[in-house]
Order: sequence, then structure tokens, then C-alpha cells
Amino acid sequence: MIPEFVFDLTPALPEIILAGAGLVLLVLGAMREEDGLKTVTPLAVVALLVAALLALTLDRQPQTGFFGHFVFDGFAGFLKVIMLAGAAGSLLVATSYMREERVERFEYAVLLVFASLGMCMMVSANSLIALYMALELHSLPLYVMAAFHRDNLRSTEAGLKYFVLGALASGMLLYGCSLVYGFTGTVSFEGIAAAFHGTDGTVGSLPVGAVTGLVFVIAGLAFKLAAVPFHMWTPDVYEGSPTPVATFFAAAPKVAAVGLFVRVLMQPFGEWVDAWQQVVILIAVASMLLGAFAAIGQTNIKRLMAYSGIGHVGYALVGLSAGTEKGAYGVLIYMAIYLVMTLGTFSCILFMRRQGRYVEEIADLAGLGRRQPLLAAAFGVLMFSLAGIPPLAGFFGKLYVFLAAVDAGLTWLAVVGVLTSVVGAFYYLRVVKVIYFDEPAEAFDGGADPGVAGVAAVTTVMNLLFVVVPGPLLAAAATAAAALMR
Amino acid sequence: MSAIPLGHYLTLAAVVFTIGIFGIFLNRKNVIVILMSIELILLAININLVAFSSYLADLAGQVFALFVLTVAAAEAAIGLAIVVVYFRNRGSIAVEDINLMKG
Repeated sequence: MIPEFVFDLTPALPEIILAGAGLVLLVLGAMREEDGLKTVTPLAVVALLVAALLALTLDRQPQTGFFGHFVFDGFAGFLKVIMLAGAAGSLLVATSYMREERVERFEYAVLLVFASLGMCMMVSANSLIALYMALELHSLPLYVMAAFHRDNLRSTEAGLKYFVLGALASGMLLYGCSLVYGFTGTVSFEGIAAAFHGTDGTVGSLPVGAVTGLVFVIAGLAFKLAAVPFHMWTPDVYEGSPTPVATFFAAAPKVAAVGLFVRVLMQPFGEWVDAWQQVVILIAVASMLLGAFAAIGQTNIKRLMAYSGIGHVGYALVGLSAGTEKGAYGVLIYMAIYLVMTLGTFSCILFMRRQGRYVEEIADLAGLGRRQPLLAAAFGVLMFSLAGIPPLAGFFGKLYVFLAAVDAGLTWLAVVGVLTSVVGAFYYLRVVKVIYFDEPAEAFDGGADPGVAGVAAVTTVMNLLFVVVPGPLLAAAATAAAALMR
Repeated sequence: MSAIPLGHYLTLAAVVFTIGIFGIFLNRKNVIVILMSIELILLAININLVAFSSYLADLAGQVFALFVLTVAAAEAAIGLAIVVVYFRNRGSIAVEDINLMKG
């Protein structure tokens, strides 16, 4: 038994690196009390990138570990690479903000590493127990990060709201897990998939208890995705928490939650698409509508991005509603592009600083086009991309999910998606209008942090260049989606 | 196999779970009550898991229940810590005072 267990650890190499790095950085930060964050951040970025590189190079043949509770396949590998790169990016933009807001504590980087570890485990979970443990390992650091500015009332309020609603969602998810376990008799995903197969290979119907459990699981995961009707925490948490934390929330954890959602629905419950398709369609339509209409009245750009994120999850779920490999392919491309767009937009938001104070109103951007043309251009490109205007990357993300929906006979769903993205374009373009055509407001402080400027530049260029070199992402997403349908 | 049938355990768990959910939504007084409700939800799930485990004669449910207990402890610790920092800033932990941001 023991040698087998040792061999089992290979597929979990990125996670082992992250866990080790988190512990070492914790000790290191505690020893370097004074300049903790400055020492720990670069090392944490390196650890995240090393783990991403390992996930990229590991053998893509599905390999299970930890007695079948953990699986590494093409799907997990793809998501791990983009999530860890996104996490590293959102850590790079954090340092200058933390210094200027006087919350420069090394725990931030350590928490981010542990949350990333949880996210990697989420997309590799292969049983209900692993699913729950991974979800909690990713959620608990996020609660603390939301309240990270601990002398700030808004930040602690954001942390408290996130914690209460997050714990409720975990409870619902877990209740669903217990029902699924009870009615299928197993916690492993393969076991659930095979639970009602007849001896002649026919697929039996899912008992009512298991369907109830599945609905609870979907509700719990929809909360983590910030999908309607479990979205109410998102705007408050994004507005209240420090901007780098909101950057991280909007980027990597959302990708992890979508990854887990796709795996749970397509693998253990892949034979019973009928049981979950309607629920996912409902969530997708409601999220797209709310994301499009509720964002119109927002004046705070972080709240705007929160509603935008809700809408984007709705578009990603359009792909999942198809319940096909092509749908999963669309979702993966969408999430990769979404991650880049969000990371870019939030790093542009981190430029919004006057006399050393960060400002977050959309009106503060007035006339940016005349004062800081480069930043205004980056903002413009990212807004056009979020709105889904060709030839920017955001357009192709939407294209692939809508194509998958049409192929699966859900043309009306694609039509709803196109209509809501037209409504959504209104508020993205309003930001562009404020930047280029309004009377200039006072200038922002110059001398941006190289980390923030670098991330903003790289993500903007990636959005522009996707149309020229789409090959690598499309190929990687295709193999990842194929691995899901084993 | 125990004398009490499975259905009774499941009903008990469902009732406790519902009390926990309502405790979060109907409570207007104190955040501590919300933390207690969360514990109630997790304990209801443990009843479910252990009952199923005994009924199916499969150990996985009991292992799951142990994991849930561990995570519940960590979750309560983090929840109380957040409540403490919030109290320091606001001077109150009444639920109706958590209203700085409307969402």
C-alpha cells in the first residue's frame, strides 16, 4: 500500500509545490517582520509560476492519485495553468496598493498561495470529499483576504458578508453532497457516473433524492460562481474589499469555480444532462439579464465590474448548457479570455489614484483620453473586449459559447445572449465615452508601479493579439475539453 | 442495522438544516446567532452522512463527517475573527447595522 501511495503523488506535484511554498513563505514572512510583503511577494509569484509550469509539463493522460480522490488530466492542467498565471498577475499588482494603503502585511501573499492551492485542488477533485475540502481550502483564505484592510469598515463588512453567505453556500453544497452520497452509495465521481448503469450498459434514471442533491450542489456552486440568484454578495464584496483583492476574486477563483462546476456536471452527472440542463439554462439567462441591466445604474467602477462578472459567468454557462464537448470547449476558451480581460481592467483601475488616494468612481475617469492617452487606450481596448466587439478577444469567447449552444439546438439561448451583450455594450461604451469625450477632471498621479503597468500592458496586448495568434489557446482548450469526456 | 429506520434520521437532518437556514435569514439581531446557525447546518449534514453511512454499511460517509467537523472548526475560527475585526470598526454586531454598502 505504501509504495502505491508514493507513486500516487506525481499528479499532485503543482499542489505539493504550492503547499510547501505557502508554509516556507509563512515562516520567512514571520522572520522578516519589517519588509515581509516585499520579501515574500516575489517568491510567491515564482512559486505560482513554477507550479503553473509543472501543470503545463505534466503528462496529460488522466492519472488519479490519493486513492482516486484526485485526478490530473488535460482539463485540470489547462485550468491550472491559466488560474496560476492569473493568481500570479493579481499578486503582482497588489504590492503598491498595499504599501500606499498601509496594509503591507506578508500574510496577503501567503493567503493567496493557499487559496491558489485550493483552486488547483478544486479543478482536480475526483470525489465529493475532495470537492468539499478543496472548495473550503479555497474559500477560507478568500474570507480573510476580503477583510484584509482590517482597520477599514468597508473591508471588514465585505469580509463579514462574504463569510456568512459563503458559509451558507458551503452548507447547501454539502447537504447536496450528502444526499448524492446517500442515494448513489459512493463518493467517487466514477462511482456516481456508473451508479445506475444496468448490467447491459443501459443508463438508468436518477432517483429523486439524487436529483435533489444535485440541485443543492448546483446552488452551492452557483454562489461561488456569483451566478444569479446567488450573486447578491458580489457587488458589495468587490466594492468593499481592497482593489487588489477584488482583482483576485474576479479572476482566478471564478475560473476555478467554473472548472469545478463543469467537471461535476459533465463527469459524474454527464449521463443525465436532462436532470441539470434546465437549471443551468435558467441560471445562465438570469445572470446574463442581471449582468446587463443592473450594471447600467452603477457609478462605482468596482461595482460595475462585479455586475459585468455576473454577466460573463452567464455567458460561460451558455456553453455548459449545451452539455456537449463543444460546449465545454467554449467555456474553457471563454474563461481564459475572461481572466485576461478582468485582470487587465482591474490593473487599469489601480492606476486611478489622486494625491496618493485611490478613487473608484467612473466620473473620475473623465477626460483621461487627453491627459494619459496610453492608459486611456488600454482602458478602451479592455472595455471593447469586455463588450465583445470584434476583432478583440472578448468577441471570440462569446462566439465559441454561442456556436456550441446553436449546435445543441439552443438557438434561442444564443439569441438571448447576443441581445444581453448588446445591452451590456451600453455601459462598457459609456466608460469609453467618459474617458474620451467628457470634460477632463483632475489628473491621476503619475509614476505607476512597474507591476501594475506590466500586467496592464501584457493583458491589453493579449486582447489585441488573440485574433492574430489564436492557435495555442484553441488547441489547448480542445485537448482539455476532450479529456473531460473520457 | 439500527431499529430506527433511515427516513427518521433524514427527516431530523432536514428539519435541523431548515432551522439553520431560517436562522440565517430571519435573524435580525446578532451575527453570533448566524454563526450558530451555520454550525447547525453543518451538524444536520453530519447526521445525514452518518445515517447514510450506517444504512449503506459504507465507511466513506463517516470519513466525510470527520472532515466536515474539522472544516467546521476552521470555519468558525475564521468567522469569529472576522466578527471581532468588524466589531472593532463598527462598535456593534447587530445584523441591521451591516448596511454600509447596499447590494
